[in-house]
Amino acid sequence: MNIHEYQAKEIFREYGVPVPRGEVAFSGPEAKEIAQKLGGDLWVVKAQIHAGGRGKAGGVKLARSPEEVEKIAEEMLGMTLVTHQTGPEGKKVEKVYIEEGADIQKEYYLGMVLDRSSEMPVMMASTEGGMEIEEVAAKNPEKIIKVAIDPTIGFQGFHGRKLAFSLGLSKEEIRPFIQFAEALYKVYMDKDANLIEINPLIKTGDGKFLALDAKMGFDDNALFRHPDIHEMRDLSEEDPVEHEAEKYGLSYVNLDGNVGCMVNGAGLAMATMDIIKHEGGEPANFLDVGGGASAQTVAKGFELILQDENVKSIFVNIFGGIVRCDRIANGILQATKEVEVNVPVVVRLDGTNANEAAEILKNANIPNIIPATDLADGAKKAVAAAKGEL
Amino acid sequence: MSILVNKDTKVIVQGFTGKEGTFHSQQCIDYGTKIVGGVTPGKGGQTHLGRPVFNTVKEAVDATGATVSLIFVPPAFTADAVMEAADAGIDLAVIITEGAPVKDMMYAKMYGTKKGMKTIGPNCPGIITAEECKIGIMPGFIFKKGPVGLISKSGTLTYEASNQVVKEGLGITTAVGIGGDPIIGLSYKQLLPLFEADPETEAIVMIGEIGGTLEIEAAEFIKQNITKPVVAFIAGQTAPKGKRMGHAGAIISGGQGTAQEKMEALRNAGVHVVESPADIGKTVAQVLGK
Ligand SMILES: Nc1ncnc2c1ncn2[C@@H]1O[C@H](COP(=O)(O)OP(=O)(O)OP(=O)(O)O)[C@@H](O)[C@H]1O
Ligand SMILES: [Mg+2]
Repeated sequence: MNIHEYQAKEIFREYGVPVPRGEVAFSGPEAKEIAQKLGGDLWVVKAQIHAGGRGKAGGVKLARSPEEVEKIAEEMLGMTLVTHQTGPEGKKVEKVYIEEGADIQKEYYLGMVLDRSSEMPVMMASTEGGMEIEEVAAKNPEKIIKVAIDPTIGFQGFHGRKLAFSLGLSKEEIRPFIQFAEALYKVYMDKDANLIEINPLIKTGDGKFLALDAKMGFDDNALFRHPDIHEMRDLSEEDPVEHEAEKYGLSYVNLDGNVGCMVNGAGLAMATMDIIKHEGGEPANFLDVGGGASAQTVAKGFELILQDENVKSIFVNIFGGIVRCDRIANGILQATKEVEVNVPVVVRLDGTNANEAAEILKNANIPNIIPATDLADGAKKAVAAAKGEL
Repeated sequence: MSILVNKDTKVIVQGFTGKEGTFHSQQCIDYGTKIVGGVTPGKGGQTHLGRPVFNTVKEAVDATGATVSLIFVPPAFTADAVMEAADAGIDLAVIITEGAPVKDMMYAKMYGTKKGMKTIGPNCPGIITAEECKIGIMPGFIFKKGPVGLISKSGTLTYEASNQVVKEGLGITTAVGIGGDPIIGLSYKQLLPLFEADPETEAIVMIGEIGGTLEIEAAEFIKQNITKPVVAFIAGQTAPKGKRMGHAGAIISGGQGTAQEKMEALRNAGVHVVESPADIGKTVAQVLGK
């Protein structure tokens, strides 16, 4: 789960990670009021969406008076921001963050993720802050310094020094930087984060470090012990169909193609998308209905898939293990009674009692249910059906 | 022969008396696995599925001589259970539970390693040595005995692959579902040399997916150390960037961890990489000349 910049900064404040003062606003007048409250003579209005690259897309703007803050906020609210991370459809801005302007002397990058090869959290820093860090990672990976932190010893001074010296910080800057990094480590661990990105981390004119931007992602499996973070979830940032699926314990991701997929198991679900492509089609979605594949989950699966108007055929690919195929076949028949399925459905059931299942489907004699014998056969038929060739 | 487990392996089940634990323990017993007891704190002294229940793993190990623990404990308590197994001297913990926090598993795995305990999973179907012993939740009948070792991140794709191999008239020595989480126990790199050393295994099937670098590390390892033919399939060739595809570990981040780069690395290591998941069985038969 991801959260907004303003929410991440709230958490940072709680942990003593320095951030500029600021507040979130939902309207122009509210933005103006916040600017007046903050005082000073420079403010920044920042669109709150779950994507980076806002600056370049016009989602981060400086203002020199509370009136200007109001004007910019009004323009930004309701606009659709397209950045390199949002995809072409962009994201609608529903709230803006009003922050005091910072005196930027230098911009750095500081981040944390789980390093899957050392199986430890790793802190990453770079002098190339402010610009797209993906680009730096691709072109000049040596410019990103990484320090793995063994959680059994926690964050130590040497971790901080290693980063600080590679960033070329001066003697006086090292202490405040280490304090910053140590607080950040604590946030990451305490909150079960799986990603923190501060881009830019800045050094101010008076030698302080401040997080100007803040992105945080969390381990979904750990949300049960962080009700405060769970509450920060913003459903308007998520695909409504994906969210609907989640409510029923299904895992769904919408894609661009026209062959709907319903599969049990994440790996087989991905493999099913792959084979559809391999056979010359395009998958419309990823859908893992889990091990059970009952009439209920299959019915819900049909509903989810059919919300996408591009879908021209559906490939149901289920490998029955502990759950027998004959039961799944009956589930599919039941589901087609509950949900109106108006596209051809290619059904491949393999595993326990596959033959009985084939019998059941054959005897049901439903014209738009097309049985398949194996994975390749099913994919071929589903692709042909989507092209209207079946 | 086989790897890690066989018909003589003594297994206890943590989370023995729960719904999942009960159902799958029975299935394992029916398959022929030596389930010698189970652990459910507070139910020590009872009998379940005709086996003794213990309060602690230590008691279970002392009383039964079990070396492997099969873990069905719910996500919030999984790490605790794994560490208890390590502390009690278990050699191998097979963690089925899905949804354990990554941070917990990070600590649990570190402690396991320190105690000399191997782990498989979490979020995996377990391990099966065909027609000898099943320690997990896979449908046993798909795994007929034969010359192919199988390592897979995905559950149902493991069944699919085994099924294809069996349809070619071949079969499986041992199949290991390593799980798809960001932190997992034994991985390709640790399992490949075991199959290489197993005289009954003639070929190895490796099923990977997007996310992380385990397959890339495996490719490097295969190039240096593995002489038996390896057939590989990587799921997620069509997966979009940045999205979680079911498994917590299956996210392509910043263009890294793509199926394409993994397939490329494996090909360069001499692995027979199949593009279509329907070609796994066929290709194994081909490389074995059968
Ligand atoms: N409080 C502030 N005071 C002064 N300048 C700021 C402030 N906040 C942001 N900026 C400037 O705006 C730029 C873009 O802001 P920010 O990094 O928050 O958004 P972004 O473009 O979405 O970032 P990214 O592409 O890294 O995701 C910063 O690099 C910084 O130069
Ligand atoms: Mg930024």
